[in-house]
Amino acid sequence: MTAALLALQGVSKHFGPVVALEDVSFSVGRGEVIGLVGENGAGKSTLMKILGGVIAPSAGRILLDGAEAVFATTRQSMDRGIAFVHQELNSFTNLSVAANILIGREPRRGPFNVFVDQRQSEAQVEPLLKRLRADFRPSTPVAELSIAQRQLVEIARALSFDARLVIMDEPTSSLTLSESSRLLEIVRELRESGVSVIFITHRLNEVVEIADRVVVLRDGRLAGTLAKQEITPQAMIALMIGRALQTLYLPPATTRGEHGLTLYCARTRSFPAEEVSLAVRKGEILGLAGLIGAGRSELARAIFGIEPLLAGEIRIDGMPLRAATPQDAMAAGVALIPEDRKQSALMLGESIAENIALNNWRDFSHRGMVETSRLQAHAETQIAAFAVHAPGPETQLAALSGGNQQKVILAKWLPRKPAVLICDEPTRGVDVGARHEIYARLRKAADEGAAVLLISSDMEEVLGVSDRIAVMHEGRISGTLERTDFSEQNVLQLAVGRAHPEDTPR
Amino acid sequence: MIPYKKDIGLLILILLVGSTVALINPLFLSPTNMANTANLIGLFGIFAIGQAIVIITGGIDLSVGSVIALLGVLMVDLMAGVELPWPFVLMLIPVFGAVIGLIHGLLVVKLRIQPFIVTLCGLLIYRGAARFFTADATAGFGFGQSFPAVEWLTVGRSFGVPHSFVALVIIGAVMWTVLHRTVFGRYLYAVGKNEEAARYSGINTGAVVVAAYVICGILTAISAMFFAMYTRSISPSSHGNFYELYAIAAAVLGGFSLRGGEGSILGVILGAVLLQILQNLVNLLGIPSSLNFAVMGAVILFGVLVDSQLARFRPMLSSLKGTA
Repeated sequence: MTAALLALQGVSKHFGPVVALEDVSFSVGRGEVIGLVGENGAGKSTLMKILGGVIAPSAGRILLDGAEAVFATTRQSMDRGIAFVHQELNSFTNLSVAANILIGREPRRGPFNVFVDQRQSEAQVEPLLKRLRADFRPSTPVAELSIAQRQLVEIARALSFDARLVIMDEPTSSLTLSESSRLLEIVRELRESGVSVIFITHRLNEVVEIADRVVVLRDGRLAGTLAKQEITPQAMIALMIGRALQTLYLPPATTRGEHGLTLYCARTRSFPAEEVSLAVRKGEILGLAGLIGAGRSELARAIFGIEPLLAGEIRIDGMPLRAATPQDAMAAGVALIPEDRKQSALMLGESIAENIALNNWRDFSHRGMVETSRLQAHAETQIAAFAVHAPGPETQLAALSGGNQQKVILAKWLPRKPAVLICDEPTRGVDVGARHEIYARLRKAADEGAAVLLISSDMEEVLGVSDRIAVMHEGRISGTLERTDFSEQNVLQLAVGRAHPEDTPR
Repeated sequence: MIPYKKDIGLLILILLVGSTVALINPLFLSPTNMANTANLIGLFGIFAIGQAIVIITGGIDLSVGSVIALLGVLMVDLMAGVELPWPFVLMLIPVFGAVIGLIHGLLVVKLRIQPFIVTLCGLLIYRGAARFFTADATAGFGFGQSFPAVEWLTVGRSFGVPHSFVALVIIGAVMWTVLHRTVFGRYLYAVGKNEEAARYSGINTGAVVVAAYVICGILTAISAMFFAMYTRSISPSSHGNFYELYAIAAAVLGGFSLRGGEGSILGVILGAVLLQILQNLVNLLGIPSSLNFAVMGAVILFGVLVDSQLARFRPMLSSLKGTA
């Protein structure tokens, strides 16, 4: 084999006294898929920023085709054949697929080249979409595409630069299982056509499936690399956190009680024709699995009074709830930890204390006047109780990692002792260590009598944490599974709408 | 809450500008000039606070100047024309202001029209209404009509301090408590910072926004009464023109973000103070008064530039820990 496509030699990055990367060396061969894993804060993002030309390394060399390369700007990095598919998609939803892929490089025509040559653009984009076997056209507006389809647009954009190395940053974090497996297929096809891929993910099973080699970062250092035959989730986790994998499932300490949350024939805006009936007992964690777009988050929002419930009934501890607003739902004992942390749950520029108090100011005020000292004391207690890694209650949320932000959200809701706790993707973008703490919190809430509804697209999580799993498919419950029937196969079958073998057909 | 740093920066700027003007022209510190400037600070500061409350929620009120004209005209007519008892009028005008604010708030919250559009239409409607009401004539008190009690309340002085300034201090103290010490104040900030997160936390965000517009309406009405008594004759086509922009400028100088969620009462008051000192500076330093707006614009731009450049370096340091 000739020189590797890309080689990093002793790359370090220091931000003042903070060490983000220290002496990291590894190489990427042609047509090789590298799985890059590590907890949040391990240095993956910094490494990617260096390769992308966003920041310069403090020390070390980057070799491309065996020759030293300097990426001072994103443009230089792109010109040398390195392309990114970002976790958060940067699509222009008001433009077409072709316009998104060719933005800034549109073929032109007319006097002074003032017009975009639509036909030429579409002709350029068509073969890329064909190569990815996309089921949409160059002229389709991106607004009409699903997240998975938008990801394909990003990949097509990467290919349009004749990328030799595509770096994918958690590409599957917002995808459902079938969409993820489709993406993995595309990665394989890229590999076959000689394109190298660096695949960053928290989903270790995908790494097992796809990676030729795994590079593990821990605290900014290279924790180790694993060759193809050594790649197992246990081996990766052992390197990531330096200890052996614990089993996810924490058995309940109490027996299941009465129905805490019951839905009778509930209809929501996303699937007005379908009815959902569901019961979550007190003391139980019910996993709600399904493909994204199956209507799970909409159901959660309807229970919490954010969206209207079109028909049907919700009961909390047997009492009917007509939640017109979140205030009504909260008064009945419902807590919702929403899907989009930054958008719906946090004030990033505010302190931990202010965030914890946001749903609970009554407790930290007297006759409408804020009692800062009481809040500070409460926040300090909660920071300790939920093991939030932060200097103190005044720390801004923006300075915390995803896992710690999520712990703050738990600290905001759990002390209210909710009767019904709905968690929508509570560990998205959260590192392994913090995940386990969050699972333990959910179990503790259940043991204290809450009915916990865990909406999750992470198969490992939904199988590992739940006492029972209900699966949604296109707005209805396609089946429920007891722990003895738990398997990836069973959940997936129900999620794609095929009846569970034991279920009677409709 | 960190905005106090900004307030100190603004205070230093005011002292710098003030002492420079005083050095060049000692008249700046004369009791007459100080009292006049204090009066103007009071007049402009009161409605600037109202505007600031709306800006905190991420909204804006462009109708302030027109409301000042319309309510001024109404006040003069109710007192001098209809001859309602003056205490009744002093209570009625703020109610009108509250109703205008309520309408703005409901249009923004219930019908989801952008605040800029709602209040831009308000700007045009109230101006037109004021001119129509007086048939474009100047509204004023008739010969021999006088209201000594109202005049004492509005344009009078105690110990040399103009009552408009006293009113600003009182209103400022009340609004400072509301914004910085009450739960409602926290809700105002929360709605401005992240309305969705506030809603998911069980805050009635619609009610908070409506309340902000109502407060703005009431404070605008109060300052409309001060203006009416100060000018005594109101020409409805020009009275209060551009005042909404003074208010927005004061808020921006005071560290408010037009995206919402940022700023303090002290900041907007200091912003109003600086604007009036700048006006005063133009007069005292013999700068042609046609340059009035240009000087103000340049100073605001300079202040915002310095602030944003300073702000660039702070998050760079703190974000390193978060990402990586």
